[in-house]
Amino acid sequence: MELPAKTFRVTRADLVRYAGASGDFNPIHWSDRVATKVGLPGVIAHGMFTMALVGRAVAEWAGAPDAVVEYGVRFTRPVVVPDDDEGTEIEVTAVVREVTEDGLTRLDVTATCLGEKVLSQARATIRTTR
Amino acid sequence: MSLDPSFVGRTYPPTAPYQVGREKIREFATAIGATDPAHHDPAAAQALGHPDVVAPPTFPVLITMAASQQIVEDPALGVDYSRVVHGDQRFAYTRPVVAGDELVCVSTVEDVTTRGGHGFLTTRTDVSTVAGEPVVAVWSKIVVRGEG
Repeated sequence: MELPAKTFRVTRADLVRYAGASGDFNPIHWSDRVATKVGLPGVIAHGMFTMALVGRAVAEWAGAPDAVVEYGVRFTRPVVVPDDDEGTEIEVTAVVREVTEDGLTRLDVTATCLGEKVLSQARATIRTTR
Repeated sequence: MSLDPSFVGRTYPPTAPYQVGREKIREFATAIGATDPAHHDPAAAQALGHPDVVAPPTFPVLITMAASQQIVEDPALGVDYSRVVHGDQRFAYTRPVVAGDELVCVSTVEDVTTRGGHGFLTTRTDVSTVAGEPVVAVWSKIVVRGEG
């Protein structure tokens, strides 16, 4: 079964807010000067910010903020966030891989930005019964 | 980038307790756009059976990132932090983190490999309350890019 796609807009302002909330002040997430110096095309989103947005999608699909029992991803491609009002977009989809007898649902999740996968092996297990 | 494989299995001393604040959970939830009332309103969290507001699933990284720095910054292991890229991240929860938790991290080096000139370091951080109740296990894999 495929779950309804969710789209998240990401702007520079979001990265600054996430940096403050998470304490991750690595300048590649806010300074083009530093990002390009280390060979990136420009400022990129924190991998953990992308993972947090995908986690939100998973919790929303589960219908409960406390339903996630396991969640893992591999970061494969940076999410470049331009310095304009539109920023960029991350699209998240998932398929149900397995529903276990003890009330767990395993999801295979796909996250893309500009048509390219930004995560691989993104999997979540949610509790579907209370 | 060659990392010392003899570090596999090494466990580091527990971190000082981290006090999970209600406002920190609200701030983090707001930063990721998580609007579910259970992240913001203690009554909504209590209706789900939690003592206080519930942290979103990736919140524990605030605590574990600092804990695994102990390993990454261990000069004997030889990680050049300027060449580090985040590879994988995984969480396995016993229960969600909630406001009021006092959490302690114990980090272990789970795997060290060198492949194609790059170093790979997997750490596992076990997060538990000061009373010893397990909360979440967190795995993080970093890639230390080789020169050139």
